[in-house]
Amino acid sequence: MDEIFGIPAPLLFGQLLLGLINGAFYAMLSLGLAVIFGLLNIVNMTHGALFMMGAFAAWMLLNYLGLGYWWAMLIAPLAIGAFGMVLEKLFISRLYKLDHLYGLLLTFGLALVIEGVFRNYYGSSGLPYRIPSELQGAWDLGFMFMPVYRGWVVVAALFFCLATWLVIEKTRLGAYLRAATENAPLVQAFGVNVPRMVTLTYGGGVALAALAGVLAAPIYSVNPQMGTNLIIVVFAVVVIGGMGSILGSVITGFTLGLIEGLTKVFWPEASATVIFVIMAIVLLARPAGLFGRA
Amino acid sequence: MTLGRRTLIASGAAAGAVTSLPRLARAQAANTIRIGVLTDMSGMYRDNTGPTSVACTQQAVAEFGNRGFNIEVIQADHQNKPDVGSNIARQWYDQGVDLILDVPTSSVGLAVNQIAREKGKAYINVGSATADLTGPACAPTTIHWAYDTWMLAKSNGGAMVKAGGDTWFFITADYAFGHALERDTMNFVRASGGRVLGAVRTPFPGTTDFSSFLLQAQSSGAKVIGLANAGSDTQNCVKQAAEFGLTRRGIRLASLLLFINDVHGMGLRTAQGLTCTETFYWDLNDRTRAFTRRVLPRTPNNYPNMIHAGCYSATLHFLKAVADMGVAQAKASGLELVNRMKAMPTEDDAFGTGRIRPDGRRIIPSFLFEVKKPEESRGPWDYLKLVQTTPAEEAFRPLAEGGCPLVRS
Repeated sequence: MDEIFGIPAPLLFGQLLLGLINGAFYAMLSLGLAVIFGLLNIVNMTHGALFMMGAFAAWMLLNYLGLGYWWAMLIAPLAIGAFGMVLEKLFISRLYKLDHLYGLLLTFGLALVIEGVFRNYYGSSGLPYRIPSELQGAWDLGFMFMPVYRGWVVVAALFFCLATWLVIEKTRLGAYLRAATENAPLVQAFGVNVPRMVTLTYGGGVALAALAGVLAAPIYSVNPQMGTNLIIVVFAVVVIGGMGSILGSVITGFTLGLIEGLTKVFWPEASATVIFVIMAIVLLARPAGLFGRA
Repeated sequence: MTLGRRTLIASGAAAGAVTSLPRLARAQAANTIRIGVLTDMSGMYRDNTGPTSVACTQQAVAEFGNRGFNIEVIQADHQNKPDVGSNIARQWYDQGVDLILDVPTSSVGLAVNQIAREKGKAYINVGSATADLTGPACAPTTIHWAYDTWMLAKSNGGAMVKAGGDTWFFITADYAFGHALERDTMNFVRASGGRVLGAVRTPFPGTTDFSSFLLQAQSSGAKVIGLANAGSDTQNCVKQAAEFGLTRRGIRLASLLLFINDVHGMGLRTAQGLTCTETFYWDLNDRTRAFTRRVLPRTPNNYPNMIHAGCYSATLHFLKAVADMGVAQAKASGLELVNRMKAMPTEDDAFGTGRIRPDGRRIIPSFLFEVKKPEESRGPWDYLKLVQTTPAEEAFRPLAEGGCPLVRS
């Protein structure tokens, strides 16, 4: 069997592929964070809780209303996005003029409250959610057994990342959004309703988190702390990519997924830490992040 | 300044009232036994321990009734962090808590063990798994109540090797519990003629994706993957092993510590066929069913597992010892209290009869269960079927082999 650095080649390829799959989750979550930070200047610590709500929404739709995975892909982002907009209107909109720290504290508090409520009603040991029948099974790639569902996750994540990037960079709406972040009063003077646009943007970012939650429901345990485990890593991804850089967060998400995957082979104990080591190095060398503007 | 008679009397009365209030409170405190349930109220072990442990403790207090002293149950969340747990334990003991109970998560369990020893206070650990609590780390003030890694390893490991699973790879949670469970199971696998092909240590907490570890396990060629982890870590491993076709290729998963609450979380479709070792199952016999019926109103959505039932049974035994010694003496010395508990046989609905060894290990039978298929389950939480019983005297590590300093002397 061929070996690369003492590791059998098939195993290494498998790990790279898995890294890419995890990277897809990082990319989708960090994309939402980057959009929200870029346009609202809010460090959205609630993101993990909203991701968790997306997964729970999928479970609730199935168990209370009998609506399956594909309906959840549609309804969960809309419902959780709407919930996000309510949060923005009620709480977050009051903080735009204050320091980032206030937004961070508020959203962190909201995350704790949301998780606490879910823990109270659903406990911590998780809820079962099955892979939809269309996406069950696996391909034998020779070097590994590739579940169809994981492939779907990568494809879906790439699609949504690309779509978000296109909307923000290539459409008129995206141009308004970017202009509003540079100079809100001026954009408002042109007749654009900036507060509404900001609310919608927050809702959009939240919807992305919820979508990632639906994608995660069949493969991870659906439990109230599932967001907490991911969110810290995702923040590191956003910081490495450059706060507010959309393309940066997507590329960094996938790359760090790969690096983490390799660490799991060569030094498993460090796999939870490696991303933060990279973050520290990047912050020392390029404080604005790899793709950020200083 | 001249003092009138009336002022003098009034101030005297006031002074009397002021001094008698704390005296009253002190008298009250001297007649109150305080039990602190230190557990995971917010993390991944919440359903396996947490509020249901508190509910079972309260159930025991209610059943014990009033025997001339007050009983107070308090609770705190240690967040699975040894530093948080230590701080609370220290504070509780200093404030007159007479027993700290439960303490899941072995790293926290061991930290509190040290503090109880220092302070000379009673400590019954129910939730932690590490057998070190009655081994090198054993303390005269500690009793380890419901289960441990050695007993899990013997029951699970032995049965799996006998069934033909002679080559193993371990996926181990990287902290005290995982290490102990891995070590104890490896010993049994080797002793029964099996081979260990490798192990991988996964960061705890915070690992959600186990697929790359599972793939490493698969490429090792082992027939059995030993999951030396618990809670949602085990659930994620089982779920993802099915997803990546490991189980279809004939690789067996040995879930070395699996609670009925985890089975509930995964669903029978995912969990069917897994084995688990427990010292308590709610549907084991008439007494366990009766206990479960009594306690369920306090915890309607979460059935008790061996940790929860352990909190119930430990509280009952502790209170019996207090009543036996008298409150004043029980409060004066945690060490004597623990010695009294060790001298008395344990007896309750959840576990039947048992005894406590000098090293603090409680001796009860252990049971190997298999998770039922969905079609075999006849009602809510009807998840397990009994495969094998290990008698009490064989279930736990022999006294002489643990390396407990209390035993050598």
